[in-house]
Amino acid sequence: MTEPEQKPKTLYDKLWQSHIVERQDDGNCLIYIDRQIIHEVTSPQAFEGLRQAGRQLANPEAMLAVPDHNVPTGADRATAINAEDSQIQLDALTKNCKEFGVEYIPMLDDRQGIVHIVGPEQGFTQPGMTIVCGDSHTSTHGAFGALAFGIGTSEVEHVMATQTLILKPQKNMRIDVDGRLGAGVTAKDIALAIIGHIGTAGGTGYVIEFTGSAIRDLSMEGRMTLCNMSIEAGARSGLVAPDQKTFDYVMGRTKSPKGAAFEQAVAYWKSLPSDEGALYDKEIFLRAKDIAPQVTWGTSPENVLPISGVVPDPNDVENPERKVAMQRALDYMGLTAGTKLQDISIERVFIGSCTNGRIEDIRAAAAIARGRTVHSDVAAWVVPGSGLVKLQAEEEGLDQILIDAGFEWREPGCSMCLAMNADKLGPRERCASTSNRNFEGRQGPKGRTHLMSPAMAAAAAITGRLTDVREL
Amino acid sequence: MDKFLKLRAIAAPLPMANIDTDMIIPQQHLKTIKRTGLGQFAFSNIRYHDDGSERADFVLNKPAYRQAQILVTGPNFGCGSSREHAPWALKDFGFKCVIAPSFADIFYGNCFKNGILPIILPQETIDLLLDDAGRGANAIITIDLENQEITGPDGGKISFDVDPYRRHCLLNGLDDIGLTLQKKDVIQNYEAKKRLSQPWLFKG
Ligand code: SF4
Repeated sequence: MTEPEQKPKTLYDKLWQSHIVERQDDGNCLIYIDRQIIHEVTSPQAFEGLRQAGRQLANPEAMLAVPDHNVPTGADRATAINAEDSQIQLDALTKNCKEFGVEYIPMLDDRQGIVHIVGPEQGFTQPGMTIVCGDSHTSTHGAFGALAFGIGTSEVEHVMATQTLILKPQKNMRIDVDGRLGAGVTAKDIALAIIGHIGTAGGTGYVIEFTGSAIRDLSMEGRMTLCNMSIEAGARSGLVAPDQKTFDYVMGRTKSPKGAAFEQAVAYWKSLPSDEGALYDKEIFLRAKDIAPQVTWGTSPENVLPISGVVPDPNDVENPERKVAMQRALDYMGLTAGTKLQDISIERVFIGSCTNGRIEDIRAAAAIARGRTVHSDVAAWVVPGSGLVKLQAEEEGLDQILIDAGFEWREPGCSMCLAMNADKLGPRERCASTSNRNFEGRQGPKGRTHLMSPAMAAAAAITGRLTDVREL
Repeated sequence: MDKFLKLRAIAAPLPMANIDTDMIIPQQHLKTIKRTGLGQFAFSNIRYHDDGSERADFVLNKPAYRQAQILVTGPNFGCGSSREHAPWALKDFGFKCVIAPSFADIFYGNCFKNGILPIILPQETIDLLLDDAGRGANAIITIDLENQEITGPDGGKISFDVDPYRRHCLLNGLDDIGLTLQKKDVIQNYEAKKRLSQPWLFKG
């Protein structure tokens, strides 16, 4: 596990090198995987593969299972008749975990929630680890200084059977955000601004480390939001170096090391941040004060503008392919070039997802909702990211503030982030959403998604149109 | 896994950028616990009308391309969700090779695991292949993985790069897991050292 070379290393170099089991001659490495989280949608075929080959789990203790994508989020979730095929996936997860000895958090448990919220909450996510899940937003866990990335089902099976993956090293990218964020500007806005800047393929082949005072100032929740969205910039993993905030967050959680073991772990975690003078393959510098609240107007997260902007005009674009893509996006979204973003009215609001379903996000929404009323043409949902987030919010009275304002307070799950169950947009319904993808049909066939922060989504719920939360 | 040696097949042109995995297989079709049977749903949101009837203008609905096994497409293909249902759907439709100027990382890896060969070529070359593919069933393209060479319908040759390990697995139809399990000792060695240096990661 030790490396001979002594040149300064990045956080990513350290994580990568400390997990190499074997280097192959062709440049691929066998990489050890410390933790795997699984959910009901991308795991059944992996268990089936194991069963067919007569294979066992390499280390069941390194795994945690929780259903999230398909679970109903209405108040009657216990009895709700779930679509039959959803039920088959939920049952398969229960059965597979039992058969293979994997710890499983059932739907009606308070700890249930979205994989990427549950992992950190349970202390399953820790600095210095490699963490995988059959879900692209596994990048979220990079907020702890862990190398975390989404994998396909065949790789899920590979990790189950061997506790390793065959991988090639990625390139290092550093995105530095310096200075202080303005009022009403959040981690989500940083994430969207970065994607607008480098594009949805800008990070392909890279691991992005986020640095700078604006990143240090973010809470762990904010760092998770940022790393969560790094896949939307094409990067499989995002990273933030662990610091005291990280250690404080991890301390005392169910699966965190305790006592002397914790001290020993912290000593190791402190060695992880990038060394002075470490080299990156690419560096990008942004200033926090230049970032305004962002909203997307199209069908790719890179179709993003400050809320003060107007819907762009395909005729202003030179590249013929981009022109066509932009026109297609405008047609799908039902928007006309030149329309002020703030004049776009919405019918639905979704506050939740692994991007923005944590307690800080609910607090931000409640702060806007307090003493105000949801617009009469709008149906606004708040879906906590986990049962524990929900309980905490209820303890703080946030649920009541939101309910009084006319929001619907729901049970935890992925819900309308990907619309796998009844939680979805109708055709052409327009939604202010705190999730991460505005792809065609993502929130329901022909549904129209505008991505933004929880505060911005709550503001849109009140006014019934896209709104600059700073002017509310 | 089936071996991938040589493929002689019709290529379908789909010259769009940023085709995401939600578009390749929409979420309403992810509720399966099997790897097969998804071909009918590939690209369903752009392939069918709301009533389920086919859109005549979508490339895979045209008679010339119903048997296509090669897809020639735009940059950043397969971005978004990590769902392996995307390559499963492509494979079940009949595709064995996707050619694009660039791919999203997770999708790219997922292809190899399912016997699909993703090939990256410069946009100029893709433009030529799109022209070839545009000629429909008359345009048979040959992919020779052994020699890393594409032969166009008029005999023109294009060479391509592919990771040697992945090429080896495809050519021999090898299952990654079986190969890695042969390294059990090395893995256990690594684990034993880790138990000493980072004991908090392990229970007992
Ligand atoms: S909340 Fe959305 S993005 Fe996150 S895991 Fe669930 S479906 Fe995926």
